[in-house]
Amino acid sequence: MPSDASPLARTPLYDWHRAHGGRMVDFAGWSMPVQYTSIVAEHQATRTAVGLFDISHMGRVLLGGPGVSSFLDGLLTRNVAHMKPQQIRYSLICNEQGGVLDDVLVYRPDLPADKNPKYGLVVNASNRAKILAWLEQHRGSQEVALEDKTTDYAMIAVQGPQAIELLDALSSSGSLTALRYYTGQLMTLAGVECFVSRTGYTGEDGCELICDAAQIVGLWEQLVTAAEKIGGQAVGLAARDTLRLEAGMPLYGHELSETITPIEAQLDFAINLRDRHFIGQAAIEAKQKDSQRSVRIGLQLTSGRVPREDCPLLWNDEQVGVVTSGTFSPTFQCPLAMGYVKRAAAAPGTSLSVDIRGRQHPATVVPLPFYHRGNNC
Amino acid sequence: MNPEELQYAKTHEWVAVAETDGEKIATLGISAFAVEALTDLVYIDLPEVGKQVTAGEPFCEVESVKAVSDIYAPVDGEVVAVNEALPDALETLGSDPYGAGWIAKLKISSEAGLGELMDHAAYEKQCSEEAH
Repeated sequence: MPSDASPLARTPLYDWHRAHGGRMVDFAGWSMPVQYTSIVAEHQATRTAVGLFDISHMGRVLLGGPGVSSFLDGLLTRNVAHMKPQQIRYSLICNEQGGVLDDVLVYRPDLPADKNPKYGLVVNASNRAKILAWLEQHRGSQEVALEDKTTDYAMIAVQGPQAIELLDALSSSGSLTALRYYTGQLMTLAGVECFVSRTGYTGEDGCELICDAAQIVGLWEQLVTAAEKIGGQAVGLAARDTLRLEAGMPLYGHELSETITPIEAQLDFAINLRDRHFIGQAAIEAKQKDSQRSVRIGLQLTSGRVPREDCPLLWNDEQVGVVTSGTFSPTFQCPLAMGYVKRAAAAPGTSLSVDIRGRQHPATVVPLPFYHRGNNC
Repeated sequence: MNPEELQYAKTHEWVAVAETDGEKIATLGISAFAVEALTDLVYIDLPEVGKQVTAGEPFCEVESVKAVSDIYAPVDGEVVAVNEALPDALETLGSDPYGAGWIAKLKISSEAGLGELMDHAAYEKQCSEEAH
């Protein structure tokens, strides 16, 4: 039992999950379904048809006010001041040492320029309180409005090769095919007004929907009914993890932490350094020049043993790093892992050993991501 | 085997004890409840025949997609047989956990651990409590 007696938070879909076989676990203080049927079945449904994910536990923060662009520009690794309406960017928020406080999506909703909010942030559930405090701490006297809307809204991910077709059939705002990758806009789906974004965390095409918390259950039920007709289903956190791992996406608390910089995490695409000044920038620039740094790698094993978090990685009998996430891959039918190793041992094709519970197993460094959609081997 | 006639460890192993040629042999596996809770089994690391095991200590590991789990020896003894067919047919653990899904046979050297085991009714009670 957790020593903290505070009850777990529940999303508006909690009762639905319980009624549909969801095995509920504590995830970052929320009672969330880890799986409904089997992890492999839920994973494959997402890869071949469509998976529906309750991601209402993620933090949703709105920001506005005249000073908001320069405020966010001082905190985020991506330049957001020049974002166009509808654009969405993946960014990091770092501490002074360049360590990652959180990885976030920044939204620039399509609203008139003088209207608030100007930006939305979606943050990890486990980091929501920390990021809100960080924003508050750095706001100072700047004219910035900050609102935590996490429980006012709810959020669903619809992911898979059939996701867009499924949503199109429910849309009264035209086809979602017009919505480009990493953009979002207001649309009406199954009679519910949603903010729809072409984003996700599975390696598949799809969308994430944000709507009023009071309307999410009806929308979810319509999505489930439509999904089940084409081999899709609700998917829990366990398969969300195997899907994102195959897609080579980092998970905060595993591949990302306050002592890992975005450079080590190989997230260079999420950093803009020119004409910028943001918290952590100097440390990030220094890390770029450090030839001894560790880097994030992908690993493939042939044995049946699965590397898990913290398993040591050895190269020529010397420990060169650790595993940060590992699973048995339902798509590739072999163990896959991500971890950090010294640069010298990071080249694809390098043969390493993983120490799994005291025994060494051979592993090969392979390029990330493991999985590219539409190309199943 | 009839699950109602087996004995169970707190750690979800089932045990059947039989006497052959004056030696007590414990056949063991993992319960249907355990297989259901683990889900998505992908690998089993069987012990070697001849291995000495101690009651309450892990002697075998099973991997699921999500985690690795230990299987604990219910008695002191020696591994005299393992189910060689199991690694290539892990689904047997789910489809026939008390029969074709057996894992190992142990020659019992001390019966002390047997006293710790539960009958079927007591084990069912433990499972229903864990499920909540």
